[in-house]
Amino acid sequence: MRIAARGLRLVILAAFAVFFVVPILWLILTPTKSDARLVTGSPLSFGSFHQIVLAWDHLDAFSSHIYRLWIGNSLLYALSATAIVLATAIPAGYGLALGNFPGRRLVLTLTLVVMIMPAAALVLPIFLELNLLHLIGNVFSVILPFAFFPFGVYLAYIYYSTAVPTDLLDAARVDGAGEWQTFRHVALPLAKPIVALVFFFSFVADWNNFFLPYALLANSNQYPIQVGLSDLLSSTPSFNPAQGGGGQQVNIFRPELALATLIAVIPVAIVFLLSQRALVRGVLAGAVKQ
Amino acid sequence: MPFILLYLPFLIGFGVAPMIYALDLAFTNENGGGWNGFGNFAHTFEDYRFLPAFEHILLYTGIWLVALIVFVTGLALLLHGRANRVSSGFRFLFYLPGALAGAASVLVWLFMLDPAVSPFSFLMHHVFGIQLFVQSIAPGHLPFVFAMIAFWTGAGGWIVVMYGALNTIPRELEEAALIDGAGPVMVALRLKLPLIRRWIAYMVILSFATGTQLFVEPQLVNEASLGLVPDTWSSNQFAYQLAFRYGDFNTAAAVSVDLLVIGLLAAVLIVTRTGLFRRGD
Repeated sequence: MRIAARGLRLVILAAFAVFFVVPILWLILTPTKSDARLVTGSPLSFGSFHQIVLAWDHLDAFSSHIYRLWIGNSLLYALSATAIVLATAIPAGYGLALGNFPGRRLVLTLTLVVMIMPAAALVLPIFLELNLLHLIGNVFSVILPFAFFPFGVYLAYIYYSTAVPTDLLDAARVDGAGEWQTFRHVALPLAKPIVALVFFFSFVADWNNFFLPYALLANSNQYPIQVGLSDLLSSTPSFNPAQGGGGQQVNIFRPELALATLIAVIPVAIVFLLSQRALVRGVLAGAVKQ
Repeated sequence: MPFILLYLPFLIGFGVAPMIYALDLAFTNENGGGWNGFGNFAHTFEDYRFLPAFEHILLYTGIWLVALIVFVTGLALLLHGRANRVSSGFRFLFYLPGALAGAASVLVWLFMLDPAVSPFSFLMHHVFGIQLFVQSIAPGHLPFVFAMIAFWTGAGGWIVVMYGALNTIPRELEEAALIDGAGPVMVALRLKLPLIRRWIAYMVILSFATGTQLFVEPQLVNEASLGLVPDTWSSNQFAYQLAFRYGDFNTAAAVSVDLLVIGLLAAVLIVTRTGLFRRGD
């Protein structure tokens, strides 16, 4: 009976593992095969490395190297927005945790509410606002909204209000350090673990965001990779046999599309794998009520 | 306090101001005209695309929530039952698809749903009787398809969160129950489950709010299906089309205010009801 229960447990877990992992395996293997072989061969077989090079050449040639541009745009948007997030959120979390000033509760509550609200709910309102200010189609219309990341402020706030002993900061003040110096020389060096966490969440959120850049950018040269993928999708016949010869002109078939998707997730996958352990510990330490 | 001065412009500019401006647009006439009461809301409500879009997202969100509650909680309890290296390996595998969010996850699943190339084609042929891609994305299937994509990318993260919450349950409590003769299933359902209730509530409310905002999945399926699936399938798409195709910002704002209210309500519920964000001060 016990053994049967254990067996059943493993069968259930393994079935879900197949569901979660097989699509990823398929995505990794697909660029190694030609489109014809994808249809006739076994879905999880390996083709050849040569085929990957071929698929990359086709992808890279699409619309005069626009794929590289999209990846570069994504890096630019996500990294510059995340840099602003770090510069604004860490001091803000510190100020909210240890300061006492009028409006502190209001700022804290607003931060919490906007943090929990789905980000997509604000996309059209932000579009309407920036449209009023005639800022649509500008790269800053993506970077600046990305740079507003209340979750980062919340993480820094939790960290400073629970993990940093106030005695330490008081000691610095007694030694004659001003407010700014205390932050700069005592609080900021202590923030290292939180910097990694905020970087992770902000970078991943920006990299994966589709709706905001889709709504705010008009020129495909400005697209980040997520929106670029949708552009690529609509210019191939992969899911539309009716489009017929369309694919021949642009040479984008399923292997190219799979390769484009695979490369698009590599930066996030790297950040994911690197921070897996720290993340699981950190998220819970921060999220669970102390 | 000077430390929040750099953050404040962002909070106001991209948090508070867009909401206020959307409210302002939603309750006024176009061209900066006067107060229009609920006119724009009534106008969108009468639009033939409004109700179907809300039906779609509610159905999709409902399916997704049931899947999250049953499978995330079930898998977390299963994994926590025997905590060992196998368990942490499975958690990692379940968490992995989280790296593929946004358009990437949708593209992957468009492939998975195409019987011509899918590794699941055997299942599709023999269990669901699907031979062609267009059958996979038939209108009746779409809420299930989108729920599956959302589950695939997000469930692993929630399993990790639930597992962490289960870890905060004192070991002695579990041991005492086992000594009293309770089996592992009994311990999971009677002891562990009630203790992680607020985390489940948090997951459900947050996912409900997120689910209603659905945009990228139907948008890409619309492009992949060459318009077979309407570009106003979800409410956010409908609002987007009102703004972009018709330039009707006031009615677009009305629909986004509907969605904003859902998101705000969910946030307020989580903060005031689950107790997860309540702090001493």
